[in-house]
Amino acid sequence: MDYRFHWNVVFQNMPELLSGAFVTLHVSVLAMLLGIVIAILLAIAKMNNTKFFCHVATVWVEIARNTPALFQIYMAYFGLGALGIHLSPYAAVLSALVFINAGYLAETFRGGFQSIPSTQYSASKSLGMTSFQSYWHIILPQMLRRIYHPMTNQLVWSILMSSLGILVGMSELSGTTQRLQSLSFRTLEFFIVAAVMYYILTKLVLFGSSLLSRRLFRGEI
Amino acid sequence: MISVQNVHKSFGDLEVLKGVSLDVNKGEVLSVIGGSGSGKSTLLYCINAIESINKGTILVDDVNVHAKVTNKDKLRQKLGMVFQQWNSFPHMTVLENAALAPRIVKKMSKEEAIEIARKELEHVGLGDKLDVYPTKMSGGQQQRLAIARALAMKPDYMLLDEVTSALDPELVGEVLDTLRLLAEEGMTMICVTHEMGFARDVSDRVAYFHQGVIAEIGEARQVITDPQNPLTQKFLSKVR
Ligand SMILES: Nc1ncnc2c1ncn2[C@@H]1O[C@H](COP(=O)(O)OP(=O)(O)OP(=O)(O)O)[C@@H](O)[C@H]1O
Ligand SMILES: [Mg+2]
Repeated sequence: MDYRFHWNVVFQNMPELLSGAFVTLHVSVLAMLLGIVIAILLAIAKMNNTKFFCHVATVWVEIARNTPALFQIYMAYFGLGALGIHLSPYAAVLSALVFINAGYLAETFRGGFQSIPSTQYSASKSLGMTSFQSYWHIILPQMLRRIYHPMTNQLVWSILMSSLGILVGMSELSGTTQRLQSLSFRTLEFFIVAAVMYYILTKLVLFGSSLLSRRLFRGEI
Repeated sequence: MISVQNVHKSFGDLEVLKGVSLDVNKGEVLSVIGGSGSGKSTLLYCINAIESINKGTILVDDVNVHAKVTNKDKLRQKLGMVFQQWNSFPHMTVLENAALAPRIVKKMSKEEAIEIARKELEHVGLGDKLDVYPTKMSGGQQQRLAIARALAMKPDYMLLDEVTSALDPELVGEVLDTLRLLAEEGMTMICVTHEMGFARDVSDRVAYFHQGVIAEIGEARQVITDPQNPLTQKFLSKVR
């Protein structure tokens, strides 16, 4: 064990690492937002009586939850590429993460929705509220409290999984780290620093999320 | 006036109301008693248009509740309803629970809505709980909150579905006292209840439901203490 650490080269390349980290955050947040929108549609489709929509949603959720993320990314990049649809590494990773987030969150949303007793709805209707008002003021706020932590976890998961972008040549934090270490041969240093940056990134997300939740949810639930 | 005329209601093959007729006048308190599954709750839900009906007519102040053209959300503003399970909104404080509907349904200003909500909460004895979250309160307190929340809409009628039967025995009294107060103030009420003493002392009339029909209806004291129909006699002898 006579490995000698050389940190200088890492710190010289800090700007590049930071911009890689920014891409990581960027792709994860975007995948989360798009995933939420699709997940809402999937959850509605799964609770819908129309067989067709229900089946489509079920298949989506099953594939997303039961196949590796790596497989989704390869499908989006190489699979679609073989079919003549060429996505950039960024777009491929984004669509794979959106696909998976939507599948997981659809189940979270459906569970959250079904955990609100239907009597809450009758109670608000009995006060003269319209259906929209009942959902907006009574059902959704309670649901949001129940799905908030699973949603935060999903975002953390997205940040970590976006590191698979390294395999399709994406310049997010891992891809950038990979490139820089291969130029300088300071493999250990670069990956240690990248790991610390991932750690800080996820901690920041968790911290921000708990601040926000304290503002959003004053009540007990 | 609430006027129920020959109402039939089925869930699938099960006919739950088999031709129910009754009138409740302004200022009157009607108690509805009867065995489990006899259709008492269903009747209230039909009056409130939460459930549809298959046949017959229900009029509230001469408005046909189940007519297509009737705005049911608007109609429900007249009909306060309290359920067996109290259904407080757990994400809002007691005051917010009671002020929400006046604000968003009646479009009152925030100050106005809060003023009305505060008054009604004091009315039911929750004046010191305004900023508490309902989950921190007892069942009796939550049920009184549900009553105040309904009253804050200034309804002309109150429909109460066994509001004490999910409560611990020691909490029943405070809720019944609140209802007694409302009756004294002249509120028109239909109370589905298992409290025979309450039915006898507080209501003007009592209706006994048996398997989807009204087996007996009459002056409260008379129905409870001296029922004419053998079915009513049998029911009352069992619940006593
Ligand atoms: N939404 C529904 N779908 C199907 N059946 C229902 C529904 N609501 C009520 N029923 C049935 O209708 C019958 C009457 O129910 P209802 O709740 O009106 O009785 P109840 O007199 O209020 O009884 P309880 O004293 O137990 O509250 C019961 O057999 C019940 O199972
Ligand atoms: Mg009932």
